[in-house]
Amino acid sequence: MENSQKTEEVLLDVNNLTFSFHTYGGVVKAVRGVSFQVKKGEIVGIVGESGCGKSVTAQCILKLNPEPPGFFEDGSIRYKGEDIIAKKDREMRKIRGVEIGFIFQDPMTSLNPTMRIGKQIEEVFVGRPEVSKAEARQRAIEMLKLVGISDAERRYAQYPHELSGGMKQRVMIARALVGKPQIVIADEPTTSLDVTIEAQILDLLKQLQKELGTAIIFITHDLGVIAKLCDRVLVMYGGKIMERGSVRDIFYRTAHPYTHGLMHSIPRLDLSKDTELEPIEGTPPDLFAPPAGCPFASRCEYAMKVCYEALPPEFPLEEGHASACWLKHPDAPPVEWKNPEEGRKS
Amino acid sequence: MGKYILKRVAISILTLFVLITVVFVLVRLMPGDPITGEKITPEIRANLEAYYGLDKPLPVQYITYVKNLFQGNFGYSMKYTNRTVNEIIASSFPYSVDLGLRALALSISLGLVFGILAARYRGKKLDFICIVVAILGTSIPDFIMGALLQYFFGIQWGLLPVAQYLGLEYTILPSVALGFYTLAMVSRMMRASMLEVVSQDYIKTARSDGISNFRVVWKHQIRNAIMPVVTVLGPVVASTLTGTFVIESIFAIPGMGKFYVESVQNLDYTLVLGMTVFFGGFLILANLIVDILYGIIDPRIRLAGK
Amino acid sequence: MEQTNQTAFEIPSVPAGGFEHVGKNVQGLDAITRPNLSYWQDAWRRIRKNRVAFFSLLLVILYALLAIFAPIFSSYGYADVDSAHMNEFFSASHWLGTDSLGRDLWVRVWRGGRVSLSIGFIAALLNAVLGALVGGLCGYYGGKLDSIVMRIIDVLYGIPNLIVTILVMVVLGPGIFSLIVALIVVGWIGTARFVRGEVLRLREQDFVAAAKMLGVSDFAIIVKHIIPNIIGLIITNLTMAVPNAIFREAFLSYIGLGIAPPECSWGILAKEGVPLLRIYPHQLFVPAFFICTTMLALNLLGDGLRDALDPKLRGTE
Repeated sequence: MENSQKTEEVLLDVNNLTFSFHTYGGVVKAVRGVSFQVKKGEIVGIVGESGCGKSVTAQCILKLNPEPPGFFEDGSIRYKGEDIIAKKDREMRKIRGVEIGFIFQDPMTSLNPTMRIGKQIEEVFVGRPEVSKAEARQRAIEMLKLVGISDAERRYAQYPHELSGGMKQRVMIARALVGKPQIVIADEPTTSLDVTIEAQILDLLKQLQKELGTAIIFITHDLGVIAKLCDRVLVMYGGKIMERGSVRDIFYRTAHPYTHGLMHSIPRLDLSKDTELEPIEGTPPDLFAPPAGCPFASRCEYAMKVCYEALPPEFPLEEGHASACWLKHPDAPPVEWKNPEEGRKS
Repeated sequence: MGKYILKRVAISILTLFVLITVVFVLVRLMPGDPITGEKITPEIRANLEAYYGLDKPLPVQYITYVKNLFQGNFGYSMKYTNRTVNEIIASSFPYSVDLGLRALALSISLGLVFGILAARYRGKKLDFICIVVAILGTSIPDFIMGALLQYFFGIQWGLLPVAQYLGLEYTILPSVALGFYTLAMVSRMMRASMLEVVSQDYIKTARSDGISNFRVVWKHQIRNAIMPVVTVLGPVVASTLTGTFVIESIFAIPGMGKFYVESVQNLDYTLVLGMTVFFGGFLILANLIVDILYGIIDPRIRLAGK
Repeated sequence: MEQTNQTAFEIPSVPAGGFEHVGKNVQGLDAITRPNLSYWQDAWRRIRKNRVAFFSLLLVILYALLAIFAPIFSSYGYADVDSAHMNEFFSASHWLGTDSLGRDLWVRVWRGGRVSLSIGFIAALLNAVLGALVGGLCGYYGGKLDSIVMRIIDVLYGIPNLIVTILVMVVLGPGIFSLIVALIVVGWIGTARFVRGEVLRLREQDFVAAAKMLGVSDFAIIVKHIIPNIIGLIITNLTMAVPNAIFREAFLSYIGLGIAPPECSWGILAKEGVPLLRIYPHQLFVPAFFICTTMLALNLLGDGLRDALDPKLRGTE
C-alpha cells in the first residue's frame, strides 16, 4: 500500500489471486495469479473465452465458488482494505449484496422458481434489522421501477415463470442493486438474451452506474460489449491476464497477440463480405496441466522459443497499459501485426 | 389450477371405472362358477345371485354391479356366513388406516429429515449412515423387516409387544416395519434432489445476497428439492398402504389387509373383489390428494390457466 | 503491492536464442491422448473400478450359479421329507439345517433361488422390452398414437400396481407362469413412461434434427442415435426392476398367491419360516439373508451401472 493517495478511491484490490479446484483428475488451476483493482464508480471489463477463468475470478471476490472442491492457493483480495479471503461465511454475508452485488449469467435459472419476485429482491434485507419489512418492500418496488419494469406492484407478487427473459434479467439487476452495493459484478449478464434486449440491459446498467455511482465489474466474451460499456479492460486467457488497459489501449494500441486475434475473429461491418474472418486456431490449454510457458504460445503466430519455456511477466507499456507477452521485452525483435484485412480482400 | 384439478379428478374417475370394470371382468373369468365353495349355503347363494343378477345378460349384470357399488354395497362374503363385505370393511378398515397413517407420517417426515441431513453433510459420517440405512431399507422386504423386528425387539429383548393392536406400544413395531422401506426411498430421493438443487444457479444467487445459510437451505434448497419427492408420493402412499396386507397378518392386527390375505387364501372371491374395489378406490383418492397437493405447492402449476 | 505497472518493474533476462521465432503449434492441442474405448469397453472399465458394484455383480453371478448347480450336486431333493431330521440347525450333513418337514434348507434355498431369480430376471427383462417398445414408439412418432396410449397409461398408472397383480394371480392361480404374466401386466408401464420421456427429449435434440436433415431414415436414427443414448438407462432400470420383481414374488408367495408348494421360492421359504420364528429362527433368517443380500447386491449394482452407463459421464475420471 505504498501509494496512499490511490487507496482512497480503490475499492477492490485483487493481488496475485490463485484459485484451483480439486477434481478426479487432479488439481485444476482455474485462476493463476491475477491482479487488478477496481476504483469507485468505474466499469472494468474482463474479457476472454469460456474457461479462461473470468467467472471463477469474479466469484472469488464474493467467495461464491464452492469450497471444496475449490480452494485459494495464493494471493489476496482486499475490499476497502479488508481481507476477503480470510473472512468466514458469516462475515461474508455483511459484504454480499450490500457492499458487492452479483448479477448472474442466466436469468432463466438464477431465480428461485418457487419464490415471488419481490421476496427474492428483498432477500438482501433479511437478517438486517435496520431495514423494516415495509421499507424493504418499498425499496424492492422502487428498484423494480428503476430497472424499467412497469406495473412494479403487480410484478412484485409474481413468480419467475410469469416473466420474460429480459424482464428476469432486469429483476436480477434490481436484486443485485437493491442493497446499494459499491460494486456490482455482472457475469455475462446478457449472453443468454436476444440482441435487442441485450442493448436495453447494457443501457440500463450504464444509466444505473451513472445514477447510483456503483462500480461495475463486467464479465463477457464479447469485445463489442466491452467497447460500449467499459472504462478499463482485462483480457484473460488460460487463467491469466494477457493484457490490460483502457478501452482505447486495447482497441487501438493492441499489445498482445491474443487480444489481436480476439478482435479479428469477430465480424465487422466496415469490412467487405468477402473478407475472411480469422479464427484463432486450436483450443485453450488444458488447465489440468498448464504449459510451462505462455498459455497462448501454441496458438500464437508470433511465438518464440522463450514463449514455450517461460511465463511472460506483464510488461508495462503506456500508463495503465500492460501486456504479458515476450514480444514486449525490450530485446525482442519488433513485430508488425499481420492484418488479415489486408491482402485477404479479394 | 382449476383446470389442473379438474383434469386430475377426471383421470381419477376414469381410473376408478377401469378398476371396477376390470374387477367385473375378472369375476366372470374366475375359474368355474364364481359361486362355488364349500361354505356356500343356499342362503348365501341366493344373496349372491340376487346381488350379481346372475340370471340376467352381461350388460345388465354390469349395470347392477356398478349401481350396487355406488350405493356403497360391496357384496357378501362367502366364508364369513352372512357378513357383508361392508361390515367387514367397516370393522377392519380403521385399523389399516391408523397403521398406514402412522407408518406414512413416520417414514415421510424422517425420510425427508434424513435426506436433508445427508445432503447437507455430504461425504461425512452422517451422510454415510443415511446412505447405509437407505440401501438397507430398500433391500429388506417389509415382511422380513416385520419378522426381524418381532424377533429382536419382541422375542429376544422383550421390549415391545409383537401382536395385536391395543395401544401405542403395540403400534410401534408394525409402523416401523411398514414404513422402513418408504423411509429409505424418501430419504434417498430427497438426498438426490437436494444435491441436484444445490448446484442450481438460484442457490448461488441467494448466497450472493448475503443471507444466512439456514435461510438458503430452508427457503431455497428444501423448498425446491421437495417438489420431485412430492410427485412420487402417490405411488409411495399406495405401496405403503398395500404393505399393510402382510404387516397386519404378521402382527395379527385385525385390519383390512389381514382379511384380504385370508380371503385370498380361503378363495373367498367376493370378499377379495369387494375389498379390491374399495381399497383401489381409496388409493386412487389418496393419489388424487397428492396430485392436488403438488399443484398447490408448485406455483408453476398453481398459476397455470388462472 | 500495487498494480504491476506501477511498481518498479524488473525486466527479466531471456537466454540466448530465446527470441527465435517458432510460431504456433496447434497440432498437439487437439490430439486425442486418451485411448479410444467403445461405449461398452468404457462402461466395463468403469464398473470394474467401482468396487461395490463389481462385488455386487460377482455376488449375483455366484448366486445364479449356485441356484443352477447346487440342487443338482446335492444328495438331497428339495421336496424330500425326512421325519428323522426335522427342524435341525446348521450341521455338516445339512449345511443350512432342515425345515419342519426335515427338508434340507441348503437345497431348498437354491431351488427357491432358481425360481425367484428366474422370475425376477424374466419379468424384469420382458417388462423392459415391452415398455421400451411401447414408450419408444410413442415418444418417437408422437401424434395420435402417443396421446391415446399415454391416456391409457395415465389411467393404468393410477391403479395400484399390487392390486392388479393380486387380481391377475387370483384369476390365473398360483404358478411361475402366472406370476410372470401378473408382473408384466403392470410392470411395463413404468418403463414405457420413462422411455417415452427420454425419447421425446432426445428427439428434440439437435443431433437428431441434424441426422433427419441429412436424410437419415427413421430406423437408422432410432438405431444409431436414440438407442445408444437410452440403452444405459434401460439397463439400469432393468437391474433395479429385478429386485422389485423378486420382492413381488416373495410378497405374493408370502400371502399365498405366488408359488404353490411343494414348488418353492424364497418367498415360500420365508412364509414357512415365520410361524417358527420363536423356536427355530434360522428357518426364517436363512431365506431372509438370501433375499436381502440379493436385493442389496442388485440395488448397488444398479447404482453402479447408472454411473457407468451414463453416456454423459464417459471418459470422466
